[in-house]
Amino acid sequence: MTGYILRRIVQAIPVLIGITLASFLLIHLVPGDPARIILGARATPQAIADLNHQLGLDRSLVAQYGDFVGGAVHLNFGESIKQNTAIGPLLGSRIGVTLFLLLYAVIISIIVAVPLAIVSALRRNRPADHGIRLFSMVTFAMPSFLLGLLLILFFSLKLGWLPTAGYGDTLSEHVKSLTLPAITVGLYLAPILLRTLRVGIIETLGTEFVEAARARGLSERRVVLKHVLRNSLISTVTVLGLNVGFLLSGLVIIENVFALPGMGSELVNAILARDYPMVQALTLIFGVAVVMINLLTDLIYAELDPRVRL
Amino acid sequence: MSAGAIPAVAQSAATRLRKRARAERLWSSFTLWLGVGIVAFIAFVSFAAPLLGFHNPNEQHLLDALQPPSRAHPFGTDALGRDILTRVVYGGRIDLTFAFVTTIIPFALGVLLGCWAGYRGGWLDTVVNRLVDIVVAFPFIVLILAIVTITGPGLKGAYIGVFAVGWALYARLTRGEMLVEREKEYILAARTLGYSPRRIVMRHALPNVLRASIVFSMADVVLNILLLSSLSYLGLGAIPPSPEWGALVADGKDLILTAWWVATLPGLAIVVTGVAFSLIGDGLADRLGRDFTLTTGGEADAGGR
Repeated sequence: MTGYILRRIVQAIPVLIGITLASFLLIHLVPGDPARIILGARATPQAIADLNHQLGLDRSLVAQYGDFVGGAVHLNFGESIKQNTAIGPLLGSRIGVTLFLLLYAVIISIIVAVPLAIVSALRRNRPADHGIRLFSMVTFAMPSFLLGLLLILFFSLKLGWLPTAGYGDTLSEHVKSLTLPAITVGLYLAPILLRTLRVGIIETLGTEFVEAARARGLSERRVVLKHVLRNSLISTVTVLGLNVGFLLSGLVIIENVFALPGMGSELVNAILARDYPMVQALTLIFGVAVVMINLLTDLIYAELDPRVRL
Repeated sequence: MSAGAIPAVAQSAATRLRKRARAERLWSSFTLWLGVGIVAFIAFVSFAAPLLGFHNPNEQHLLDALQPPSRAHPFGTDALGRDILTRVVYGGRIDLTFAFVTTIIPFALGVLLGCWAGYRGGWLDTVVNRLVDIVVAFPFIVLILAIVTITGPGLKGAYIGVFAVGWALYARLTRGEMLVEREKEYILAARTLGYSPRRIVMRHALPNVLRASIVFSMADVVLNILLLSSLSYLGLGAIPPSPEWGALVADGKDLILTAWWVATLPGLAIVVTGVAFSLIGDGLADRLGRDFTLTTGGEADAGGR
């Protein structure tokens, strides 16, 4: 086990270094002088020199990289150029929205995908299965921004049940505001979960311990709920963990569609506004978070299923 | 064996099973060809647009702005009086070209690398494998947004991003198949006959290790269309007045209350195209005899996106 953990951690290191390098080099790879792009064509040479100094761009690359990584470890990401505030505390106030949405979306995704996967696996190649397949094809092909707009159209504008945008102030307002975004992201994730689970359940149904459970005279319901499902839930967690990167792209888009004050909309706004330090910070945070979650998932999975460690 | 030797009950059960299997096969070919038909239709209309009477996607008729769908404008018109159907048709060129190029090139590259890595083993295999691990573990959306930051909004960033990452999953899938395939007898036979490794890999093994990649490529096409349209929706992909599908949806998003057709009908084009490719993928998976899904070969692949 220790060997596996070590091997897995060692594997993650080059990826982490790659992420720090990519987000660090970003500002240097922008064609032209970043300070001039930020300040516009009419900036004085003095202003450009000042901004270059403020960004630390007048120092050696190695020193800059050291500062970048060193600062990031202490959650110090420098200052946002457009918003003139320290990035760390600003993102601190945004992260809650994103995490809340992530959790809410995952719950909805599980509520949708798990029952459908069970039905689909039990009624394999029957009309119910075909119907569920079609549902998962449509949700898979549906761009999340379109689904978001359609939900706004029906639930907010036609029915007036839920707000169209924003985050609100109280907890119940937060829940209300995040319901449509969470449904959107949840449905975006659901087909991936559904299809993997379906295959998993079909496989489990063919195993000997299920046969044994049936032979002991357990009802089909009990076999499915207690034996098959319990086994498949482990794979659900794994699929979720490994698809966190996919989930993240959904979050980034949907936060924008619903104008939520989260890290995803911050990232898109920063790119559009050429707020490079902000883009660097968010690239780094998202990248590291995804790698860490993938790593954790693998370790948890190995803990639960010893065969993986071989 | 004469039919009379089989008990009637077993016989009727067998007939039932056969009938069901035949129905399933028919259904599967029907959905496969339905998918092919839809894709062919959309591609034909997009690329033959001028021959079919669709002319300038950017032609404005301000007096006809925001007309609902009608006989003259089946998809209605947008805020500048442009015919939305014409824009969707021309947008198809951008999205289909992007999807085709960003799928076929990584496919070819990944399959070749995976083939040789799997067949040869040794240092080549180690290098390819390590690279694949790193690329797959790298969060795709973060990478693509970083690239767009560097290149600025436009299709270039999206193309570069997919080329940098897309090959890895094909390489992983093909390598996995090749590891199994290279131990099979026909390969050993080819080796005994003294065929060159090049001939063995390209002529003998290749057709047999493509299945998983072909099935995955259909999901990949959908993911690539979604990527481009999402970037354009966010203002980071195709630049206005480009009629790229995601950009068309973005055009209509603030009009959703007053003119629903501006955003939703171009969005429908994305959904229909995506479902058509998924139908093809499903049909191919059935034909190739394995239950491949969107997440074949280690669930991380869809997660790459």
